[in-house]
Amino acid sequence: MLMNLFKFHGGVKPPTNKTQSNALPISIAPLPSRLVVPLHQSIGGTPKPVVTAGDKVLKGQLIGEADGWISAAVHAPTSGTVSEVAMHIRPHPSGLDSLCVVIEPDGKDEWLAHGPADYPAMSPADICAYLQQHGVVGLGGAGFPTHGKLTPAPSVAMEDLIINAAECEPFITCDDLLMRERAEEIIRGTAIFRDMLKPKRVLIGVEDNKPEAIAAMQAAVNALNEPFSVVAVPALYPAGGAKQLIRVLTGKEVPGSMRSTADMGVQVFNVGTAYAAWRAIAHGEPLISRVVTVTGNVKEARNYEVLIGTPMDELLALGHPKADTDGILMGGPMMGFLVPNPQVPVVKATNCLIAHSSELFPPAPPEMPCIRCGSCARACPHELQPFEMYWFARAKNFGKTQEYNIFDCIECGCCSYVCPSHIPLVQYFRFAKSEIWAREREKNAADSAKERFEFKQLRDEREKAEKAEKLAKAAAAQAAKKAAEAAAAAAAAAAAENTESAENIDSSTASTPEVAPPALAPQGDFLRGAVDAEKEAKKFAIQAAMERAKAQREAAQVKNTDNLNAQQARDIADIEARREVIQPSTQTVDGNKT
Amino acid sequence: MSYTTSPHLLKANSVSLVMMQVCLALVPAIFAYTWLIGPAILIQIVIAVLAALLAEAMMLRVQGKPLAMFLSDGSAIVTALLIALAFPPLAPWWLVVTGTVFAIVVAKHLYGGLGQNPFNPAMIAFAICIVAFPALMSQWPSVGLKLSLIEQLNIILGLAPSIDALSGATPLDALKTALKLGEGNVNVADLLANQDIFGYFAGRGWEWVAFGYLLGGLWMWYRNLITWHAPAAFIAAMTLASGALWLYNPGQFANPLFHLLSGGAMIGAFFIVTDPVSGCTTPRGKLIFGAGAGLLAYIIRVFGGYPDGIAFAVLLMNLSAPVIDLLTQPAIFGMKDKK
Repeated sequence: MLMNLFKFHGGVKPPTNKTQSNALPISIAPLPSRLVVPLHQSIGGTPKPVVTAGDKVLKGQLIGEADGWISAAVHAPTSGTVSEVAMHIRPHPSGLDSLCVVIEPDGKDEWLAHGPADYPAMSPADICAYLQQHGVVGLGGAGFPTHGKLTPAPSVAMEDLIINAAECEPFITCDDLLMRERAEEIIRGTAIFRDMLKPKRVLIGVEDNKPEAIAAMQAAVNALNEPFSVVAVPALYPAGGAKQLIRVLTGKEVPGSMRSTADMGVQVFNVGTAYAAWRAIAHGEPLISRVVTVTGNVKEARNYEVLIGTPMDELLALGHPKADTDGILMGGPMMGFLVPNPQVPVVKATNCLIAHSSELFPPAPPEMPCIRCGSCARACPHELQPFEMYWFARAKNFGKTQEYNIFDCIECGCCSYVCPSHIPLVQYFRFAKSEIWAREREKNAADSAKERFEFKQLRDEREKAEKAEKLAKAAAAQAAKKAAEAAAAAAAAAAAENTESAENIDSSTASTPEVAPPALAPQGDFLRGAVDAEKEAKKFAIQAAMERAKAQREAAQVKNTDNLNAQQARDIADIEARREVIQPSTQTVDGNKT
Repeated sequence: MSYTTSPHLLKANSVSLVMMQVCLALVPAIFAYTWLIGPAILIQIVIAVLAALLAEAMMLRVQGKPLAMFLSDGSAIVTALLIALAFPPLAPWWLVVTGTVFAIVVAKHLYGGLGQNPFNPAMIAFAICIVAFPALMSQWPSVGLKLSLIEQLNIILGLAPSIDALSGATPLDALKTALKLGEGNVNVADLLANQDIFGYFAGRGWEWVAFGYLLGGLWMWYRNLITWHAPAAFIAAMTLASGALWLYNPGQFANPLFHLLSGGAMIGAFFIVTDPVSGCTTPRGKLIFGAGAGLLAYIIRVFGGYPDGIAFAVLLMNLSAPVIDLLTQPAIFGMKDKK
């Protein structure tokens, strides 16, 4: 297929080392002694385990349930018994533990009942949910849940669906072999993505160093009569980087800050992902195995179809590693990493195991000073100035590294590869990025602590004010009652003959606080009521009320209860009852505080 | 096994390899130079290299840096070669040593060593010496002069009388002097055509040395050791400036080709303004740097007090390089239409 291709800046051409492993067909790896299946195998939420130790599981049975939209289910790769659900080291440069389901295979490899999905009847939402439940994630390395990429951006028309089959990293040939042997299923999987995204074009980008794969893919496209273009792109690392491949095929440059390429009307899937999606739709098979290249310092390099969870040392043993093998590289030599220990499992993102030896990968000579030769800048596919970022990263001037766009660095390793001074530039950039992230976290923590403190102060002040207000209201209530009493006394003295009316007044004043408790009644109304109730002994009553309020503020409790008459005692009891009503609420606030 | 991080593959490349290739690129010019002047240039190269390595070793020792690693990086040798090629070939040995030691000790190491020097060390050496010893730095042997190895060695080592009697002016000098003496009555074209000192394009013999630099420079460009920006801009600026004045008054100003093939223009264009440490690093920055150096060199050469202006032009541009770099940062991937 002839089409106008574009170039990306920089790039390098390391020795490809692909012929070692691409001569033999894909072989099915034997059942390992045990399977350690990490639950966290894709970007997003860690799936929740749905099995416990002792459970019998069948091949393809759900063992981890997707947690949230950006998350994908995890399944038992073979039949057997769950021996534990525990923390194990996962294949990640950090060497950190993560929750894994460990399965002892029973050797029967017995499938859970499964069958094809009713694809024509499914809505796009159904298909997304189906792929999520079948654990289909991007197999190119990052492991983004595939269903999360199958919804077109609402604002931008989907123009290009790109299947990434560039496989630009040296040594790796798993996509090459997959295309040679299973091209038709890949094309069918691609057709599903096409149906979902409805792009204007479907482009399958393969580096031109894989003529057999290109021919097989073209033959499959022709056989299925699909309007897909199989495009040979020039072999230049990192042509298989999503943004580089988009650039080469469409001429579009997706900025580093843009989270989704769909915002530019492009979506990219790895070729293995298309295959996995087809297996899920057409056969109901969840993603429990993948093709892995076993190469490097081994006697027999080739590709294996490997169950997820297979310990890497058992897989590597199939290739008969040579005696001086001193580690396992997961991924390619440009972006891969040495796994923390040989027993870590193969995961969905594992495309290649390279037996490491210091002869094959000689340690870097001592680091020399930067001579600003600019080789790194000429090699950088994102057109950054690595030597400038290096200065600032080294000086821990992280603000400056950001001015030089350090977060656009994709850590492809081109700069380190070409550096005549053997400066581990990528490592400096990782350091700078993680320091910036750490500082960001610290700053956020400090900000929220400050916010918490300020809120606590505000709340303390508010509580103080509320308390004072409450006490003032209580005092006002006292004053009102005093006034009522005085009025009652005056009434009794004035009309001694009518004792009944005095009793009526008495009962009405006693009931007043119950009808309108001070905590609920607006102060103004209440005071007005008090003024209404008392006219002659007003001054005296207010003075007394203020004295009482002062005493209450000091003691927070009524103590001058010694020489009270029965009426006063009853009033105090009423106030106490009201305080009981108010008190629990203030206690709740206190409880929140602590 | 020590834990290493990606990338695990490195290109077979090193600072010494880079420097070695730069030395190799100087070979055509050195060859032409030797053919023109005799073995004197080779003697000067030996003196300069020995002085540079000794000064380098001393400075590394003082700073407690690993001797073997830095001595073998070849950067001091490149500086020494450039100094030897820039100085008059029959200059006394101590002049070359003074220039070289100053370049290595002050211009390189006191400014922080390899990769840190803000000025081109070889140009510092040239500038210091031409200011301090203007007479010695202006004594160039006549091209026709044929001296044996022993005779040249004796002159350089100061065992034979100085070359006053033997030396002539450089083509640039000769032109300048002739124009000055002629007071407007001299025609440059006639001068170039008739005087024995001038050859086909520029100075007799020197033009071939210039072609040697051009050849080496093109090879470095082919090998990706340098980019085209700075040399192209240097040549373009010098061509435009000299071409404009030449068209304006061909009787008073020499043609662009003469200027490009005279003095230090070609070594400057390919070996001096391409110095990554003291020059600019961004593509646009390199263009500005090269053009600035070419223009200033021409102005100093034609209107200034010195016969050639490459050294001062480059040093002036070295001063501006950091700012030029800062102002010419290229747009990154995906941000080109947003800059």
